[in-house]
Amino acid sequence: MSEHIIDINGLVKHFGDNAVIDGISLSVSKGEVVVLIGPSGCGKSTLLRCLNGLEPIQGGTVTLHGEPVIHGDKSLYRIRQKIGMVFQSYDLFPHLTVLKNITLSPIKVQKRDKAEVEAKARELLERVGLSDKADSYPSELSGGQKQRVAICRSLIMNPEIMLLDEITAALDPEMVHEVLNVVLDLAKNGTTMMIVTHEMAFAEAVADRIIFMDGGVIVEEGKPSEFFKNPKTERAQRFLKTFTYTK
Amino acid sequence: MDFNFIQKFLPMYAEAARLTLIIGVIGIALSVFIGLMCALVKYYRVPVARQIASAYIELSRNTPLIVQLFFLYFGLPKAGIVWSSEACGIIGLAFLGGSYMAESFLGGLRSVGRIQIESAESLGFRRLQTMRYIVVPQAATVSVPAICANVIFLLKETSVFSAVSLADLMYVAKDLIGMYYNTWEALLMLVAAYLVLILPISIVFTILERRLRRARN
Repeated sequence: MSEHIIDINGLVKHFGDNAVIDGISLSVSKGEVVVLIGPSGCGKSTLLRCLNGLEPIQGGTVTLHGEPVIHGDKSLYRIRQKIGMVFQSYDLFPHLTVLKNITLSPIKVQKRDKAEVEAKARELLERVGLSDKADSYPSELSGGQKQRVAICRSLIMNPEIMLLDEITAALDPEMVHEVLNVVLDLAKNGTTMMIVTHEMAFAEAVADRIIFMDGGVIVEEGKPSEFFKNPKTERAQRFLKTFTYTK
Repeated sequence: MDFNFIQKFLPMYAEAARLTLIIGVIGIALSVFIGLMCALVKYYRVPVARQIASAYIELSRNTPLIVQLFFLYFGLPKAGIVWSSEACGIIGLAFLGGSYMAESFLGGLRSVGRIQIESAESLGFRRLQTMRYIVVPQAATVSVPAICANVIFLLKETSVFSAVSLADLMYVAKDLIGMYYNTWEALLMLVAAYLVLILPISIVFTILERRLRRARN
């Protein structure tokens, strides 16, 4: 059996009386790309946020290489360096140039050599087609460019897993394409990822495993070819039908 | 216009301006410190301290400086606490300014979105590092203009110090008018003295604000 990066066991997350995640268990292996899909509000994004300790949980465990991820715990600073997270709203630091956005955390958090980090940052920018934007400020970039920079900013930390939370939800279609191509490239190179998306064609192309969630639980999971062609559950069939149109 | 009068009493104004400036600078420096502390306990929602800071801010902002000075200079001695008029001036200014500074700092801190902090935390930044590298630089663009306005406001507020027998600019002007009836000259020198004190600071702040605005855009 391949090595597990993340193990989630009986995870429960409440917002007030509302159980947003209601006893989810799953594992992600090294090099695997897991895509979470489901209707809005089903708990996909909350699940990702629980994985790097951004949310306190009410039950169950999340472990990274066997080490528990605990909201508010001191160990979290160290663990988070191994978990890259990219949010929907770009979230670049507006007061820093693209290069500084990418290099600040490896220099200040991981105490890496500035010259090495800058060279690596330029290499990553080249890889995502933004080598000419190193000295630009986020306000000078398009949404798609910002999101590619955000991906570089996470990648430079050499994370063991990348969590991508609806990273194309705020982008127009052409920009969606440029960002998703970067993610497909990461998948090809063996980056372990957990991705929340509403882009079904992309999910099918990138995923090793699809997890369909609704009401805070996993309703169905399987290989993308099986899931998209022959969803087993009635709920998944109904969900996938909303993406097809007939006159 | 009696130029001899102006020439004769100019050194008195210079001495009073020096005193106003010293007390103003110390009072404002303390108000920045108090304001920062109050803003931090409110921002981080520190239990008890947050409520104390809120109560202080309301008390300070909703009472005039002259009333606060009277309380310090005439009220506290009744309880056996006697302070010099200089000490009352500094404490009064710090008490008033602290609340205005707190609101300015807090406004800046709260202008930095939650997602910015979560992004920094997701990259492994510790709380202090997040504050230093992410929150403060962004908050400053909002806070600094408000803090500059507070500094000028507080320097102008020093004009009520004469009410507690502090020999500041206003005190000297009132004294000279009372003694010599050279109202016009005395007031002219008073206006000129405040302009000499405050105008350069105001110009520097305007330049600073312009730079910050450019940086923000």
